[in-house]
Amino acid sequence: MERIDRDTALKFFKDSDLLDLGEHADNIRKKLHSDGIVTFIVDRNINYTNVCVNKCKFCAFYRDEDSPDAYLLDKDEIFKKIDETIALGGTQILLQGGIHPDLGIDYYTGLLKSIKNRYSINVHGFSPPEIYYLADRHHLTIKETLVMLRHAGLDSIPGGGAEILSDRVREILSPKKIKSSQWLRVMEEAHKIGMRTTATMMFGSVEEPEDIIEHLEAIRNLQDRTGGFTAFIPWSFQPGNTELSQIGGATAVDYLRVLALSRIYLDNVKSIQASWVTQGLKLAQVALRFGADDFGSTMIEENVVRAAGVSYLVSKEDIIEAIKSAGFKAAQRDTYYNILKEF
Amino acid sequence: MLNSISDKVISGERLTKEDAVALFESGDLFAVGRLANNISEKKNGKNAYFIVNRHINPTNICINRCKFCAFSRSKGEAGAYELTIEEIIEKLKDGHGFSEVHIVGGLHPDWPFQYYLDMLRSIKKEFPFIVIKAFTAVEIDYMSRISGLGIGDTLSELKKSGLDLMPGGGAEIFAEGIRNKLCPEKISGDRWLEVMEAAHNASIKTNATMLYGHLESIEDRVDHLFRLRDLQDRTGGFQAFIPLSYHPKNTEIGGFYSSAIDDLKTIAISRLVLDNFNHIKAYWIMLGEKVSQVALLFGADDIDGTIIEEKITHSAGAMTEEGMTREDLIHLIKRAGKTPVQRDAFYNTIWKE
Repeated sequence: MERIDRDTALKFFKDSDLLDLGEHADNIRKKLHSDGIVTFIVDRNINYTNVCVNKCKFCAFYRDEDSPDAYLLDKDEIFKKIDETIALGGTQILLQGGIHPDLGIDYYTGLLKSIKNRYSINVHGFSPPEIYYLADRHHLTIKETLVMLRHAGLDSIPGGGAEILSDRVREILSPKKIKSSQWLRVMEEAHKIGMRTTATMMFGSVEEPEDIIEHLEAIRNLQDRTGGFTAFIPWSFQPGNTELSQIGGATAVDYLRVLALSRIYLDNVKSIQASWVTQGLKLAQVALRFGADDFGSTMIEENVVRAAGVSYLVSKEDIIEAIKSAGFKAAQRDTYYNILKEF
Repeated sequence: MLNSISDKVISGERLTKEDAVALFESGDLFAVGRLANNISEKKNGKNAYFIVNRHINPTNICINRCKFCAFSRSKGEAGAYELTIEEIIEKLKDGHGFSEVHIVGGLHPDWPFQYYLDMLRSIKKEFPFIVIKAFTAVEIDYMSRISGLGIGDTLSELKKSGLDLMPGGGAEIFAEGIRNKLCPEKISGDRWLEVMEAAHNASIKTNATMLYGHLESIEDRVDHLFRLRDLQDRTGGFQAFIPLSYHPKNTEIGGFYSSAIDDLKTIAISRLVLDNFNHIKAYWIMLGEKVSQVALLFGADDIDGTIIEEKITHSAGAMTEEGMTREDLIHLIKRAGKTPVQRDAFYNTIWKE
């Protein structure tokens, strides 16, 4: 299959019929995942703090340190959440927070060590903005910071904080957050020391189609060099309770269009995740025919999207049934996409 | 197989039951969807219709107690309610510029026929411009029994009192075996069709529905669609067909939600089989606004309306809001690449950009 260039991608995105685009993506998905299996992971989001100095305009989750709703979980609370996750068959925790101004690298390495001392669970943690912040704060290189975190127990890195990898858009949405090149650099350094990461994209806010293509291009280029991304996860901006709540956000058709284009463009990323957390189970089922091959996490707990007023109550059984009734085999996977159990 | 069906559709030849079954069994979602969209655009261009309407359910007290229903209550049971005519009028005073009110309710054991006539008259008196779309075939049959009038006379009394249109509910699945399992106390499929035929003969337009995704087979769905197509051939009285996806929560049957892939295919195949229906509706309350929007590219040309207050599907675990604004509806339609057309109850254009 021939790789498509930016101009072709833009043309597909703007002009092509949604069903044609979907079918194209579906055919690629079938080739890459010919077993007809759609995977999911049992894990829990643990957001250790909602205090964040970045204050992005699209975010409904962050609080100032002196806000009455500000929190920082203590270790016992985190352990309790991990106990529950393991009891539910979970294999991973996604540990992510705001950028709390009082927490230094000792906090992070201490937390990771204490988790690893007690549990055998994959810690998927700290998106590039958090890692960059720590490096900056302690005058460490990105690599030194990553090595310290990995040594303390960090296994893999989630792809959050990418938003749109176009500085024009970042300047509007998240002026205090790291720039596009910095996000990519953290991921490249992580891949170089053998850590796997995912990549995300948040669309449906103020970006133009060209920005979406720029984002996909940046991910594809880095993946060509490192091969370190396990999956790409496009999800749509949820406007509720944010500074940008006047924006309507992406509709279902917009979502499917971006998803399908992502599958077509990212020929070197094996897995594309459907985002039932932002789209609901029904549209996530449709997404399985528009390029997606993975249902992401069962989300025993999710806080960030919920803060924007969107929540779907979904159990592991609901996810398995949704995958099967959409015409696929359902399987639980680990962080590295190894199949643990078929249903 | 799909190719020969596709040729038939494009040349305007009618599909057979075998064709319809083959479409349901086909995994080629995109080909089926494209074909349906093609037919939809032949009939309605790029138009996607919506209406500024309101639903009112006068009572949830029902003597039928169908097993797929989470809305109904018995008299005296916790949660049972009945609205007075004054309360119904109050709801319509909300002032959203409704052009249609959709009224369906349970089969109340005590209300006399006169109550329904009074309800219609009072609404018409207070809101002469609102079209009243009311009472499923099941309710009409019940009114005929409590009034002792024949179906024809029952309909003509209702029409004189202000009934303009009838919704398509209560059709469920016509096939006898499944219908007996779902709703043994409800009128038969044949009776439902008889009532609709009588309504059409009395110049009352109606809609038609099909509840799918519970216990029925593909053949049962196809049988349902063909019985509707046959009646429409005789009367031409159906305006729109509305496939209704089963919702499992709080029902006796339980089970799962239909898959969105099935929802889209069912919309598309309905569009292809029901060549004599002008409109296929993707009812957003049941499909969710997201899948409804996608359905506009799979053969649907209508997504219903503002609704304001929805009780029946929400009793069974609807994952949608109870209402949508006019602006929301327009936005969804435009983003699907279709032309939003605000319609009245008879599909006349009220507003188009």
